[in-house]
Amino acid sequence: MIRGFIPARIDSLRWIAARSVVVGIPLGFIAIFFLYPVTSIIWRGLNPDGILSFDALGEVFADGDLRQVAWFTLWQAAVSTLVTIVVALPGAYIMSQYRFRGRSVLRAAVTVPLILPTVVVGVAFLALAGPRGSLGLDLAGSIWIILLAHTFYNYAVVVRTVGGLWSHLDPRMEQAARVLGAGRMRAFFEVTLPLLRPAIAAAASIVFLFSFTSFGVILILGAPRRATLEVEIFRQTAQFLNLPIAAALAILQLFGVFLILSVYSRYQERRAIELNLRPAEEVERSAAGWKPKMVIGGNLVLMGLLLFVPLGVLIRRSVTTSTGLGLDFYRNLNQSGGRTTLAVPPTEAMVNSLLFALVASFIALLVGGLASIVVGYGRSRWSRWFDSLLMLPLGTSAVTVGFGFLISLDKGVLNLRTNWFLIPLAHALVAVPFVIRVMAPMIRSIDNRLREAAAVLGAGPVRVGREIDLPIVARAGLVGAGFAAAISLGEFGATAFIVRPNVLTLPVAIFRLIGRPGELNFGMAMAMSVILMAVTGIVMMLVERLRPGDVGTF
Amino acid sequence: MTKVPGKTTLKSGAHERRRSRNVLWRLVPVLVVSAFLAVACGDDTETSSPETTTTTAPTTVATTAATTVATTTATTEATTTTAPPPVVGGELTLVTNNAFSTVEYLMEPFRAETGVDLQLIAGGDVGSMVNQIILTKDSPLGDVLYGFDNTFLSRLLEEDLFIPYRSPMAGVLPAELQIDPEYRVTAVDFGDVCINYDKQFLADAGLAVPETLDDLRKPEYSGMLVIQNPLTSSPGLAFMLATIAEYGEEGWLDFWEDLRANDVQVVSGWEEAYYTNWSLYGGGQPLVVSYASSPPAEVVFADPQPEVAPSGVVEESCFRQIEFIGILKGTDNLPAAQALIDWWLTDSLQAELPLNYFVFPANPNTPLPDPFIEHTSIPADPHILDPELIAANRERWLDEWDSAVLR
Repeated sequence: MIRGFIPARIDSLRWIAARSVVVGIPLGFIAIFFLYPVTSIIWRGLNPDGILSFDALGEVFADGDLRQVAWFTLWQAAVSTLVTIVVALPGAYIMSQYRFRGRSVLRAAVTVPLILPTVVVGVAFLALAGPRGSLGLDLAGSIWIILLAHTFYNYAVVVRTVGGLWSHLDPRMEQAARVLGAGRMRAFFEVTLPLLRPAIAAAASIVFLFSFTSFGVILILGAPRRATLEVEIFRQTAQFLNLPIAAALAILQLFGVFLILSVYSRYQERRAIELNLRPAEEVERSAAGWKPKMVIGGNLVLMGLLLFVPLGVLIRRSVTTSTGLGLDFYRNLNQSGGRTTLAVPPTEAMVNSLLFALVASFIALLVGGLASIVVGYGRSRWSRWFDSLLMLPLGTSAVTVGFGFLISLDKGVLNLRTNWFLIPLAHALVAVPFVIRVMAPMIRSIDNRLREAAAVLGAGPVRVGREIDLPIVARAGLVGAGFAAAISLGEFGATAFIVRPNVLTLPVAIFRLIGRPGELNFGMAMAMSVILMAVTGIVMMLVERLRPGDVGTF
Repeated sequence: MTKVPGKTTLKSGAHERRRSRNVLWRLVPVLVVSAFLAVACGDDTETSSPETTTTTAPTTVATTAATTVATTTATTEATTTTAPPPVVGGELTLVTNNAFSTVEYLMEPFRAETGVDLQLIAGGDVGSMVNQIILTKDSPLGDVLYGFDNTFLSRLLEEDLFIPYRSPMAGVLPAELQIDPEYRVTAVDFGDVCINYDKQFLADAGLAVPETLDDLRKPEYSGMLVIQNPLTSSPGLAFMLATIAEYGEEGWLDFWEDLRANDVQVVSGWEEAYYTNWSLYGGGQPLVVSYASSPPAEVVFADPQPEVAPSGVVEESCFRQIEFIGILKGTDNLPAAQALIDWWLTDSLQAELPLNYFVFPANPNTPLPDPFIEHTSIPADPHILDPELIAANRERWLDEWDSAVLR
């Protein structure tokens, strides 16, 4: 599985043991915490009266409405992905190619939208482009606002995944093309873009799955009858307990996801190119001259409009009280007892959130890191399957996973339903694909000749891994861990429908506050959202600053 | 090409070589440790799970209680006992909806008085929670279920999930609230879903406050009402049921077609309707489906507090949601579960419900807090529907509503 640079002198027993751990841990994780729960709930749905029945599947296919839902799910996800890539690629470009003041803050800041609960994002978007929006343009219920919201959420995915590789692309390739007479555009489209394809495809696959399983955005911003398969599964499971139909829809959803993933992994396989990766310091330039400044400026304006104006709305509302501007809502948050209904100070929610984020990132990095070794070094069909398998949770209905946990994780050591550990575990399930998407393309891009050269110079396989692979992979691992932390802080995706012990986290606190009437409650929900934004921003900054000890500057 | 990226001073030597394993393989012990960690966590769960809880209370108590239940139909035993809850101890898990899980602090007195180690499990919105409980019937999530209402009651009762228990406190409950004569579930509070109106907006627009549901058909209220989609929202469903109770099977869809013609706004959840569409928070509609308890909340949760609530309630539009509590079969701490229900009906909790959970106490002897007396009233004649009727027709009604209003 791991390519030829591992010489025969590693004795085979240790080799097999190491290999089975590397493959076994991710496989075990996905089997126990995803496949088992999901197949349990689908199986239950297909056996309504104790007899296996596929009637529901037929019913779903025969239902014109549901066919429409499936079609809408697919095309809006495809368009959302396309739009996000087009809008975010320039952002990835400036942040990976230019040094400018405030870049690291910006890098952390673009991740912030990722963590905001949809109900809060809904408030911001409707305040801007709703029926009485301040932009004077009512997009509520239209496909445009859905696309905008998906771009808002996924911008960071593209910037960080593609930017991660881009910041290490040897600039001399493009320079060579330019010297040979290619224009800037041609050099980009014929040299840089093809080299970036693995990372773009990786980002696209995540954005696609995100939009494919979109729930809150569709409900809150879409017209009342708009539904994705995700929304429909929610209705059938959580509202009607119509498990047969829900199971049929879940199968349909899984099938769609699987199809997309196979296309992706085939593509990935054909396109994998080994690159001469350079340290970021060598790649980036200072933004001297008016042209780079224009490009950077233009991007900043775009980011400002797309990402920071909605965030600004939330910040403004968190300080706008009936008596003018002030920090009353923040003060109220801290007042325990009395009139404020959230009897727990925000610090406790913050501590819980950070704790979960830490555990979730640890699990995600462990599982995702090992899986990346398999996916990144592997060239067999198995490693492609493995990759797709670990991506599945991102494309599976949160309701299916949540209800699956409920009926399957109830026995013996696996009795986790009422354990807090289930929460970060569920976060990790969604975060693992991010870690793999960030790490595997980097591993694949390592020029094997580097390893060979090191081996020729006398480095053992272990040494080769440490000196060649690790510096490159560790940085990517950190980006992945950052994503995992963000996902956990935002508690979205598959985690929305797990039954859980009553532990207050920042997003839970926001839901609690905004679910109650009264100006103070709404204001405190906005204040809490701003706190969540700040916490995420700080965590991202810290991750950004981390340089793994001896692994250099990748 | 030969330059090795990163910090690549090629230190060689025996020491270095001995130390260096391929770093990727060096992860192996970390993995093993974490695997153990995971298992250890699993063990933790097991010890804290309800299944392994040792019931500390003497079994005789349980038996007596069971006998009491068996003889409830005789109804000759004293129902006026208001003795403080006894110290029972042990562990107890309460499964509840997300909204109630936000006020877990209300449970503190119970913990203190009874010594019961009470844990709360949040099961999502009411619909999700109900369906989760049904799905986990054979391996219950907890000992007591609270926070489901009459719109889901029959669905739960059909599944035979509860151990009947008639609390000594239950005698005070009005018959119209305690709709289960067998006491499988006990009514503990109620709330009314009603249209709320923005006083200022209506006054400025020179519009009268609508008095009946029929008023909403009038052209002057065109585009003035925002509701929640009953397919995704609990108050939305309650309001739909109010119209069915008002107009009956024959007339309710006509009413909705008229509302549709009158440009009724439909959003997916309460938050969007209340905080985005409603004019009190800057939206365009002065009429919103919310609760009878919302106007007092607008006073209490404002700074400074206004003299008069900025909003009011259209009493004729209200649908009554009664909330219940019930002991789940499979509990191994029946005394604590029963103590919890007894305590739930005391003023210790009942008096706190209005301002914390925005519902009215089911115990009629519990005094209402001042803001609830000044700024709202308990609707005298709310719409109600038989839970069995709701359970039997819910899906069909929702389909019909969907076709009439959204398609």
